[in-house]
Amino acid sequence: MAAQAQANRQSSSARVHALTEDQRRRLPLAIQDLTVAYHRKPVLWDVDLAIPEGRLIAVVGPNGAGKSTLIKAALGLIPRASGRVTIYGQPYEKQRRLVGYVPQRESVDWDFPVNALDVVAMGLYGRIGWFRPVARAHRRRALEELEKVGMAPYAQRQISQLSGGQQQRVFLARALAQDADLYFMDEPFAGVDVATERAIIALLKELKAAGKTCVVVHHDLQTVPTYFDHVVLLNMRVVEAGPVDTVFTEENLKKTYGGKLTLLSQALFEYSKDPRLPSGTRGGGAL
Amino acid sequence: MMEWTSFDTWIVVTGMLSAMACALLGNYLVLRRMSMMGDAISHAVLPGLAIAFIVTGSRGSLPMLVGAILIGIVTAFLVQGIFRLSGLDRGASMGVIFTTLFALGLILIRQAADHVDLDPSCVLYGAIELTPLDTYLVGGFEIPQAAVTNGAMLLFNLLFVVAFYKELKITSFDPALATTLGINADLLHYVLMTLVAATTIAAFESVGSILVIAMLIVPGAAAHLLTDRLGVMLGLSLVFAALAALLGHVGAITVPTWFGFRDTSTAGMMAVMTGVLFLLVFLFAPRYGVLSRVIQQARLALKIVGDDILGLLYRFQEMAATGTAPMHAGDFREALKQNWPVRMALWRLSRRRWVRRVENGFILTDEGLRQGRGIIRSHRLWESFLCGKMGYCETDVHTPAHHLEHFTDEKMQSRLEDAADRPGQDPHQRAIPPAS
Ligand SMILES: Nc1ncnc2c1ncn2[C@@H]1O[C@H](COP(=O)(O)OP(=O)(O)OP(=O)(O)O)[C@@H](O)[C@H]1O
Ligand SMILES: [Mg+2]
Repeated sequence: MAAQAQANRQSSSARVHALTEDQRRRLPLAIQDLTVAYHRKPVLWDVDLAIPEGRLIAVVGPNGAGKSTLIKAALGLIPRASGRVTIYGQPYEKQRRLVGYVPQRESVDWDFPVNALDVVAMGLYGRIGWFRPVARAHRRRALEELEKVGMAPYAQRQISQLSGGQQQRVFLARALAQDADLYFMDEPFAGVDVATERAIIALLKELKAAGKTCVVVHHDLQTVPTYFDHVVLLNMRVVEAGPVDTVFTEENLKKTYGGKLTLLSQALFEYSKDPRLPSGTRGGGAL
Repeated sequence: MMEWTSFDTWIVVTGMLSAMACALLGNYLVLRRMSMMGDAISHAVLPGLAIAFIVTGSRGSLPMLVGAILIGIVTAFLVQGIFRLSGLDRGASMGVIFTTLFALGLILIRQAADHVDLDPSCVLYGAIELTPLDTYLVGGFEIPQAAVTNGAMLLFNLLFVVAFYKELKITSFDPALATTLGINADLLHYVLMTLVAATTIAAFESVGSILVIAMLIVPGAAAHLLTDRLGVMLGLSLVFAALAALLGHVGAITVPTWFGFRDTSTAGMMAVMTGVLFLLVFLFAPRYGVLSRVIQQARLALKIVGDDILGLLYRFQEMAATGTAPMHAGDFREALKQNWPVRMALWRLSRRRWVRRVENGFILTDEGLRQGRGIIRSHRLWESFLCGKMGYCETDVHTPAHHLEHFTDEKMQSRLEDAADRPGQDPHQRAIPPAS
């Protein structure tokens, strides 16, 4: 098993290296030999990833595994020590329009004097361009996106007066406004209730149906097989990456989480793989 | 009484222009939680001024401006650099930089002062009273140099803020998103800091560093308390700045004379006025002000006492045989163990016509009865629910139910009724009134 996983990993990295430019162009995201360091302390080592189009991809790993760092490095928000990242075959700087980003909720100042609609409209700034104001058409568009996440009634609310789940929905609406082909979402499910979680997953499935690709940092191992098609197990290195069915195994999880995979999460994990569960709540092919 | 001359007008105009120029950019310092940056830059430019003076040997505005802008930019870079590399927070990085540069500036000025007269205290207070003496001839008018410089600075800042409104907003709110959209947050940061430095210097000469720091931060901070809209905040901060300048000068030439002193420093008084304005806003702002919070709490307290009175009256009417004397105000005070709140709540309930005064007592009106019934319904439903579903026993359900009854609307009542399996009676065998 371990040997096979090793082979698997090598083949996945070999895949990225062996990609022809033509194949690259069809991949939403290809990462090759990515190493990232903060103050000379590397937090990501030799990451090789080829993300397929039109899928929902979970990035899973313990706290501090470098999940947020992976996204930020792919988006050019932090410098990379080495490596190559391409979005549909081109460096990110040329493909900004194709990429949407939902940062971790703690990353912004919620006391800022803007309302929900303003925040969503920010997703359109790239398209509006320099020196032009946000026009009525843009506001209408932003309101439509808010409607999609059920937040239209709160459009005029200052954002600190929204609940955590509502704030997350606003962030999602903003990403939708970006109208991208590849989305990076950093823990969109953190601290949301069941209703919001369902709304978000419904939205993700809609995006997938429209042929978009979503790379989502996710913490709840139990729901990985139900929500996602592919999974990237990350702990400073890519432990394993591929379809949930083959990669999301207990052994790989142990390797990812080390001793940190608690009994509880193990139990939850086994539960999520239980064949007696009704189809559709189980992972992989059911999606 | 004081005498108002064209001198005073020019002083006020100069003060307003410099205050507004500072306040406008200051909004972004406040929003980026970099209020200390104004402090840092305005102190750190001192060596720039001194060096420019030593190099050129003149106190002309141009060399001063150039020297200050250069050192202002250097400050912004140094602060950002220390912040990034050391892991200190922004405030500490600024503290390190500006104290060092300020000290350096003082030493340089001491050196320079041995040769020519350059007064350190001038740096603190400026000399706005003297600004009308230095004039330019613009279109046949004699306009004080300082008014021209500060006016130009204000205009430039306005243009900058209007032209880059979107970009400033997004880079202040979410620099990461801005960067992914291709808006260079770092570049905009340095442009902003450069403008802060330039504005600081333009204002420096006339109003001094105390007023510059006050004007950079206080109007924006006050405006932020008043509004949740960025555009409104910018506008309000300009109004505050202008108002503070006007009141400051008027205050400087009148207030001391009331006490038999000569008039005082206008710049100092302007800074005091920004503080006064901030204090007023802090106390009286409708949403975030201290007073409105106190009032909101008092309202809530009064509502709760009112609810309790309605509940008491309802229970009383439920139990008492017809013809019993109505409850007195004293009965309520005794039952609720409060005096003034009960009086005020009774007054409020009478005014709403929920209770009516009869022969020294109070009875419920029809509407009051409806309200009272609602409260008792909530109370008894909660008791049933807590008892039947949550394992509370009959003796300890009263207090939690009593808390919850004040925040239970009709929709919640009906859900609660379902959740408690539609009880007809509460755990103490008292009827639960139907919904009205
Ligand atoms: N700005 C920074 N400066 C220095 N080190 C950092 C910085 N940001 C992150 N790190 C370090 O990099 C590592 C990876 O951090 P990252 O935020 O990517 O983790 P993560 O997988 O997203 O964790 P979490 O699940 O807690 O969000 C951690 O060890 C963290 O301490
Ligand atoms: Mg993270």
